[in-house]
Amino acid sequence: MNSRRDFMGMALGGFTALGGIGALYAMKRSWDPLPSVKSAGFTTIDLSGAVENVLNVEKWRGKPIFVLKLAADAPKSPRQITVGGSRYLVVIGLCTHLGCIPSFDIAADNKNKFKCACHGGEYDINAVETFGPPPRPLDIPPFKLSGTSLVLGEEGPEYKKMLASGLTLKV
Amino acid sequence: MAHFDEKAKPFSHQWLNERLAIDTVKKVMSSEYWIPKDINFLWAMGMILAATFGLLVISGIFLLMYYQPDTAKAFDSVNYTIMTEVGYGWLWRHIHGVGASLVFLIIYIHMFTGIYYGSYKRGREMIWLSGMLLFVLFSAEAFSGYMLPWGQMSYWAGMVITNLFGGFTPDLAGGALNFPGFVEWLRGDYVPAQAFLSRFFMLHVFLLPLAIIGVIVLHFATLRIPHVNNQEGAEIDFEESARLYKDGKKKESKVIPFSPVFLSKDVFVMGVYFILFFYLVFFHFDFAMDPVNFDPANGLKTPLHIYPEWYFLWSYEVLRPFSFNIGLVAFAFAQVAFFLLPFLDKSPVVAPASRRGLFHIWFWLMIIDMIVLSVMGKLPPEGAWNIIGFGAAVVFILLFVALPFITKNEKKA
Ligand code: HEM
Ligand code: FES
Repeated sequence: MNSRRDFMGMALGGFTALGGIGALYAMKRSWDPLPSVKSAGFTTIDLSGAVENVLNVEKWRGKPIFVLKLAADAPKSPRQITVGGSRYLVVIGLCTHLGCIPSFDIAADNKNKFKCACHGGEYDINAVETFGPPPRPLDIPPFKLSGTSLVLGEEGPEYKKMLASGLTLKV
Repeated sequence: MAHFDEKAKPFSHQWLNERLAIDTVKKVMSSEYWIPKDINFLWAMGMILAATFGLLVISGIFLLMYYQPDTAKAFDSVNYTIMTEVGYGWLWRHIHGVGASLVFLIIYIHMFTGIYYGSYKRGREMIWLSGMLLFVLFSAEAFSGYMLPWGQMSYWAGMVITNLFGGFTPDLAGGALNFPGFVEWLRGDYVPAQAFLSRFFMLHVFLLPLAIIGVIVLHFATLRIPHVNNQEGAEIDFEESARLYKDGKKKESKVIPFSPVFLSKDVFVMGVYFILFFYLVFFHFDFAMDPVNFDPANGLKTPLHIYPEWYFLWSYEVLRPFSFNIGLVAFAFAQVAFFLLPFLDKSPVVAPASRRGLFHIWFWLMIIDMIVLSVMGKLPPEGAWNIIGFGAAVVFILLFVALPFITKNEKKA
């Protein structure tokens, strides 16, 4: 009697647990970003019109993308992208601390920097963190060169090299 | 089988009693639920909270009739439709905003009353823990509600707070504690967008209120057996006192029944509170509405200075002055620290803090520190403010670390 009841209890418990796991999986999947959200992740930006030291803000996956054409005498950095002889900084304009948009301060002697008002983080001209809570430089979005344009969302060889050498995180 | 009187009139007292035991229920829940006499107006805060929650539900229902959880329409549905078109729409919105703010003021008073009189220990642990659960649920409710008008503060608070769930930086523990994908999963998108607004809308108007109602019932249930504390922390013989009261010796008895005696006192305090409440609703509602949130959400522009509502400032400031990983740990600690109170206080003494020596100092230091944290959280993160904020955050953590030591050797009062 007792063992039969135990058996029924375990059988019921087992099937209930299975159903529960299935339900949890379905719930998890329902919270996932939709395929349409995932696939809308490509943007092309044209660099030919850029002006030195003027910050352009583009939009990719809803995030602001900073595009900055560097002055000829600006210090070199492997984080820069060279297109048609000019050097560009292309980064995601969201502070790597908690995601506010840093502002761009123009100053003399290439001392331009990005400042985040949220918790006081600061970055240098190559968007490398110099002060405050940000844990890493501004991320570089996946890009592919195509003439004077960049396709954001696609991983070209230049981007892959940056990833491999740890200059940016995969986003 | 139970006995049913065939002649009882449907819905008469006897008829209901035979079917629902209403006399017993009434005794257990109110007329013989004994409350100590030796308490003060601070013991009315719980019922004030319940009443304020009621107002939030009623005003919320009317807001819900015109609010549209669509990123393109949400802002206008609140700021244009509800505020200017809907008859008395402004009233519901102001009640909702003022209520959300005051509910936290009263929660803090309620919590610190409990801490002052030692009402979280010696049989009252479950009351405290269920209360803290309510605090966490109300925090989630207020945060999700703040997303709904889809203004600049909604968007950027949503961005910053969901980013906290990305875990630690990838260089820590080989990246095992870094989960950026989790943030996108929470949002349902790369940034707060339609999927984000819809799911927070669901949480705000259904799942969280449902959970809150459930935990309020639990909170009330945890009170029934240990009973509420009193101003002296005295252990009362409830059976003895109840007998005296029922024998008509009300003067000698140390207790009064919850209803109607205690409730009538509650209602008086509530009356005073609602005068203040509606004064704010009609004449000073603006304190509960951040001007920055009257700009529609814009993912390409962060407001110059972002800060949470006043009731989250202290925990936000525990996060802000540290480097990324330490800040995350400190913030997580601040969220759960008060849950630990019954276990960190090693003293068996239940008495007002004023009679508990070192604990008395601890109590006021904690209040002052939380006020300092709140003020610093609102100021921009610059210069001296950074240093004071950092100091206050460290003091907050140290106060919890010190608690077991200062209460261990406490002498019986
Ligand atoms: C069942 C109960 C509730 C319902 C149906 C409800 C519904 C709503 C709706 C439709 C809105 C959007 C309109 C607006 O922004 O004014 C809203 C906003 C809000 N709710 Fe609630 N709510 C409920 C309970 C609560 C509670 C308990 C709290 C806080 C403790 C809360 C805090 C907020 C906040 C802070 C806002 C933003 C208000 C603003 O910016 O004006 N709500 N709620
Ligand atoms: S979000 Fe930029 S410093 Fe915190």
